[in-house]
Amino acid sequence: MIPLTWGIMSSGLQETVRFLVIVAASTAALEGLAYVVLHRMLKHKYALPIMLILPALVAVMALVIYPFGFNIYLAFSNMSMYRFKQFSVGLSYGIQNLLDVFRHPVLQNVTFMRLLGRTVVWTVVNVFFHVLGGLFLAILLNRPMRGKAIYRTLLVIPWAIPQVIAALAWKGEFHYQYGFVNLVLQRFGFQPIQWLSDPKWAFVAVILVNIWLGIPFMMVTILGGLQSISPEYYDAAQIDGASGWHQFRSITMPLLQPVLTPAVILGIVWTFNNFNVIYLITRGGPMEGTDILVTSLYKAVFEFYRYGFGAAYSLVIFVFLLIFAGIYLRVSGGFKGVEER
Amino acid sequence: MKRFFHNSRGDSPAKRLLIHIVLICACAVAIYPFLRVVSISLRPGSALLSTDLSLIPEGASLGNYRALIMEKDFTIWLWNSVMVSVATVIVGVLLAAAAAYAFSRWSFPGRRQGLVFLLTTQMLPPGMLLLPIYVMVVRLRLFNTYTGMILSYSAGSVPFSIWLLKGYYDTIPRELEEAAMVDGAGPIMAFYRVIVPLSTPALAIAGLFSFMTAWSEFMMARVMLQKATMFTWPLGFQKLMDQFSTQWNMFAAASVLVAIPAMLLFLYSSKWLISGLTLGGLKE
Repeated sequence: MIPLTWGIMSSGLQETVRFLVIVAASTAALEGLAYVVLHRMLKHKYALPIMLILPALVAVMALVIYPFGFNIYLAFSNMSMYRFKQFSVGLSYGIQNLLDVFRHPVLQNVTFMRLLGRTVVWTVVNVFFHVLGGLFLAILLNRPMRGKAIYRTLLVIPWAIPQVIAALAWKGEFHYQYGFVNLVLQRFGFQPIQWLSDPKWAFVAVILVNIWLGIPFMMVTILGGLQSISPEYYDAAQIDGASGWHQFRSITMPLLQPVLTPAVILGIVWTFNNFNVIYLITRGGPMEGTDILVTSLYKAVFEFYRYGFGAAYSLVIFVFLLIFAGIYLRVSGGFKGVEER
Repeated sequence: MKRFFHNSRGDSPAKRLLIHIVLICACAVAIYPFLRVVSISLRPGSALLSTDLSLIPEGASLGNYRALIMEKDFTIWLWNSVMVSVATVIVGVLLAAAAAYAFSRWSFPGRRQGLVFLLTTQMLPPGMLLLPIYVMVVRLRLFNTYTGMILSYSAGSVPFSIWLLKGYYDTIPRELEEAAMVDGAGPIMAFYRVIVPLSTPALAIAGLFSFMTAWSEFMMARVMLQKATMFTWPLGFQKLMDQFSTQWNMFAAASVLVAIPAMLLFLYSSKWLISGLTLGGLKE
């Protein structure tokens, strides 16, 4: 055991503070340079917004765009654990890697198309229940009532617990003999279920956990949307004698759309790319039966050490997510309300 | 049923009762798993595996917590995680707050593309950039430092924060800044004096999100840190996982301790949670 001494505390703190100072100094230098060049010398029309964006742009460039480019480069290589330093790069390797994604099982058993299908099911089922549950709770909460703040606070707890902890805790609760899920089932006279050793039930289990995790975000977002709908619309609808369901369809849903569309897009992206829940609860098993694209990607790279292949595979996954999100945007009518401001 | 779907004072008592019952059930589902973790953490070592469902176990004690704090490197991990997460929040929110203002108030060429691009970065599969960043970190000699980690965490949180903040700034009328500028403040001063104070909810939520991401990040930390004194808690957990699998109650105690800071922060910012989370919110 290493005790937490002042030495350890302060050495970490020193590094962090030094880092913050360097960031502040380089930002100031960058801004100064941009000010002189754009504003003083070029009298650029958009000097100010460019200056405001510049630091964020530099950070994203260095830590997202550049690694992304490097990833494309790696996709055209035969890099692996055995060829970590001396790998070769060429078009043929790129084609080889790309074909490998579709030709063979990605890991050992499951092919790309089946993983894709499973990922789509995973995403659609999860986001559907996130929105349904979130909408239901938000509507219940969106009224003057006693204990509203307490309900709201308690209902957000699944979101407030670090995902890693929540996933590992649920893993224990799906234990055949000691987990509370089966204990509760037995109390009500049902047979216990082999949650984690039967691939079908394991997939149901991870979906249940992820639904539980994702409802609070939707609830909070939708509640914000509901609160900004003016009550006058409903008063007018009541005078016209519209039923509750009718009001919901013709007032609540359309006016909620500008909030809902971005929230659903984010929900789709986050769920599609959710690594933690499945990896921590089932590790994608049993027999790769609960793997989705991103968990198999992680395994291909960090358990099978196929770096070049992994780079190509990650690009394929990225493209499929783009297509998937694009389809949703097309169907839902896109960002009309968000963009035009 | 008439006014079921919106604010109403005229709910019948029966309906109000029904709503409370439904909400209480939902709350139970939401908190029960965590209460179970708390309950397991209080179990003495002799009652490790049990089919008991009661929340306060027999012979409850804080022994697991004491063992964890006194005998493991737990406090070091917590300290390191706090430092890294706080630095991430500072850097990430500052960068995003400025950039989002530009996106909200100027229609410069490339603005739309920029916003779409930011959304696209959210779609990169987790783990995709890990290997390239690892190679960069080794070349720049940032291995075993927090610098590389904080940088990539904050860069990772910036796109979402920009979206969040832009959405919120959009709801603040421009007249307020114009009034300040009439009084002689420059645009930057107007931003600092008018917009920043008004957007506390959104800034708080952007900070909360950045904190949560950094707080439980594991993959990047595993690649970048190897010195045991520098481990953040997710790494420490990994290290102790073998022990934990036989000591489920210790794991539970550790989980409670790392969940508490995140939950407190959530509780503290919950008053801003609903108003601050405007993803392109409605305009009156």
